Amino acid sequence: MSESKIAKKLMSESKIAIELINVDKHFGAVHANDKVNLSVESGTIHGIVGENGAGKSTLMSILYGFYQADSGQIKVFDKDFRATSSRQSIEAGIGMVHQHFMLVDNFTVLENVILGSEGGALISQSLAKARIELTRLAKEYGLEVELDIAVEELSVGMQQRVEILKGLYKGARVLILDEPTGVLTPQESDELFRIFDALKKQGVTIILITHKLREIMNITDHVSVMRAGKMVAHRETSKTNPEELAELMIGRKVLLNIEKSKAKSGKALLTAKNLEIYNEQGLKRVTEVSFQAHSGEILGIAGVTGNGQGSLLKALAGILPLSKGSIKIMGKTITPESHLNPKQLRELGVAHVPEDRQKMGMIADFSASETALLGYHNDKEINQGVWLKRSSVKANCESLMQAFDVRPNNPNLMSSNFSGGNQQKLILAREFERDPEVLIIGQPTRGVDIGAIEFIRKRIIEMRDAGKAIILISVELEEIMSLSDRIIVMCDGEITGTVDAKDANEATLGMMMANALQPQDEPKGAKL
Amino acid sequence: MTRDKRLSWINGLLLPLFNVLTAFIATGIVFLFIGVDPIEATKILLYGALGYDEGLGYTLYYATNFVFTGLAVAVAFHAGLFNIGGEGQAYVGGLGIALVALYINPAMSAWIVIPLAISGGLLFGALWAIIPAYLQAYRGSHIVITTIMFNFLASALMVYVLVNILREVGEMSPESGDFIKVSWLPFVHDIFASFGYKIARSPLNLSILVALFFSAAVWFFLWHTRWGFAIRAAGKSNEAAIYSGINPKKIIVVTMCISGALAGLVGINELMGVQHRLFLNFNYGYGFGGIAVALMGRNHPIGILIAAFLFGILYQGGAELDFELQNVSRDIVVVMQGLVILFCGGLEYLYRPVLIRFLAPIKESK
Repeated sequence: MSESKIAKKLMSESKIAIELINVDKHFGAVHANDKVNLSVESGTIHGIVGENGAGKSTLMSILYGFYQADSGQIKVFDKDFRATSSRQSIEAGIGMVHQHFMLVDNFTVLENVILGSEGGALISQSLAKARIELTRLAKEYGLEVELDIAVEELSVGMQQRVEILKGLYKGARVLILDEPTGVLTPQESDELFRIFDALKKQGVTIILITHKLREIMNITDHVSVMRAGKMVAHRETSKTNPEELAELMIGRKVLLNIEKSKAKSGKALLTAKNLEIYNEQGLKRVTEVSFQAHSGEILGIAGVTGNGQGSLLKALAGILPLSKGSIKIMGKTITPESHLNPKQLRELGVAHVPEDRQKMGMIADFSASETALLGYHNDKEINQGVWLKRSSVKANCESLMQAFDVRPNNPNLMSSNFSGGNQQKLILAREFERDPEVLIIGQPTRGVDIGAIEFIRKRIIEMRDAGKAIILISVELEEIMSLSDRIIVMCDGEITGTVDAKDANEATLGMMMANALQPQDEPKGAKL
Repeated sequence: MTRDKRLSWINGLLLPLFNVLTAFIATGIVFLFIGVDPIEATKILLYGALGYDEGLGYTLYYATNFVFTGLAVAVAFHAGLFNIGGEGQAYVGGLGIALVALYINPAMSAWIVIPLAISGGLLFGALWAIIPAYLQAYRGSHIVITTIMFNFLASALMVYVLVNILREVGEMSPESGDFIKVSWLPFVHDIFASFGYKIARSPLNLSILVALFFSAAVWFFLWHTRWGFAIRAAGKSNEAAIYSGINPKKIIVVTMCISGALAGLVGINELMGVQHRLFLNFNYGYGFGGIAVALMGRNHPIGILIAAFLFGILYQGGAELDFELQNVSRDIVVVMQGLVILFCGGLEYLYRPVLIRFLAPIKESK
């Protein structure tokens, strides 16, 4: 399709790209979408915000043909639309970029793009056709990507471009992006937003699903807020503010920035020296990392996912061994020769809230009381001789649930039946309530609703004020900046910067996360 | 009743019941094909297994073996391991029992000899499981492959031992001499007789109490001790186990030892209880039967007791069918077992959606 043709086609189309009228969807007892109305103007960027479980993903899945609505009407460019498969959605001009990319890692970019539209037994022709078309698209939208490189060799940001290209190649005029910036550095995010602008200028409609209000404020034209399956508000972005949106999302006022007093940092409780760590697959993830964590202080470790923070966290918790270096912790020293396992570390007063709550922090089909026991099942209060006392196990869970307001407060309920926020509260309660001295916390609020985020952050600060040393890893820069007293930035397994929280801003941290900044703040040139 | 309660009833009781019924109906259809009246066959089977003292004795005697191997499979299963080496572990466990029962000082009291012989079975069964366990934990060899290979090794080993070592001079058949008398477990009919009650002779012996004891012990161990907690945690999530300071490798080795030890108890029933000597293939089929029993019993000791009883009925009733009906051979038991495994294992959740819709529907929220 030539450029003028597209332009003509777009002009001939209605101003409303997508219209949902009373769309309703149940999953058993869950009313995932409750008479949702939405209209998205063609050629705009439309944000949809809401807490986890508010029904955003369900709504988008209905648009993309994964689910069918129980009732209601959908119009795409004024035509009635009812998709039973993603193919129909693609034909109607809807493209989707999922949170987790749907790419074949060892295929080239070109091969990935034609996947699903090979058009015949022999693919050489369609490859050639795709190459021409993609080159054109890339130029038009500023989406340059090398076509003959395997996807696994591309950075995450680049892979996302491939996903966008895939959608455009298949003729998408409406792009839906689900939490697109979760895996990007701030700079990569800015790059993505620049692409959004280019797409918008060409008349492409973008629906952006996110929980980051800052993004909504920066780039969308309109924003719709969902809460508990209902569409509760539509706003013009320029006429609203983050506070209002947050309030709409959870139905009450929230503190986005937690008040905290100045840190009274004391003696070093944990000293890491020249750490070198290999992960479970035997890949070197951390090199030459040294730092100290003091009592009464929150040390934030920032970085894009997969730059060694995860492995560092596991090594501090005794899950991964060191291959070089040493960790002095509560008077003991971990070296490659003398490893301390998680049990021994817990006995020393080191608590660990793992990054992966679902797989590591809990056991989905254990009851809450059993999940609340993980790591502490050898405790004296719970065991009497060989007997693990059920009554104590239950009492333990009940007191944890009360301390952290876990709902429902039923120790016998299966762990998987709690919401993400309540699962996380239970895990935090388990780790916090034993009065540890050092706390190693990974992604404390990932996938947690705003109400719980506020609660969790307050608790972390309380622990700090009680004189504990806290090491915090998060992919949310906003979280690192609002909680930490000192920030370490990691990139590619090394520390690329250490800053005091009061001097930190997103731009410098972002540069450090991409290792584009020398410690002396001299720009190193365009390494991005 | 709350919905959760109803769900657990559906999962725990109704589903297995419906599955077994389906398996029986399918067996009935097989009977029709071979020209046997299924109702007649059912009558014979049930009467043969439960209708009179001797039949019931046999049924319980078979069930005892299935309890041991069923528990063995279940314990391994809770650690996420699929132990299909029960056959070999039972076989080698028998050797452990025999060594004690053949060579211990016959002047010793039964109160010492019998526990020692049982320990011999436990120990040898555990030893036979420890190598596959080690290979799984520290070398990454899959336990399903290694345990099944160890079944063949056990077979070969036992033939060698029986032919070359334990066979008495001048004997033709590959079997050991008689166990010393004090190691014999008393028959249930003898015990009853000593209290003045007369019941028919059957191979049922005191091993059934040992089986009940170990069922209770397994239940207590898995759900009421910290070690059981660790095993179940490791079985559900390797990562969560490591996080909790549990060493999954150690768990694999320990659990397989327990599992093998339980399988090693088959010899108590077969050898100490009934035959009073070691002979070839005494374990035949019980190791694999245990897998079906554990499956059907949902890896819970109570379920295993019920499932083992059912399999005892099939074994004994099947033998009766073979005896009573001309065009039925004992292999019909294998067919029935196969169908039970198919419907209880493979098609486990066949009726679940329907049962839930009728008995525990999700209430519409307002």
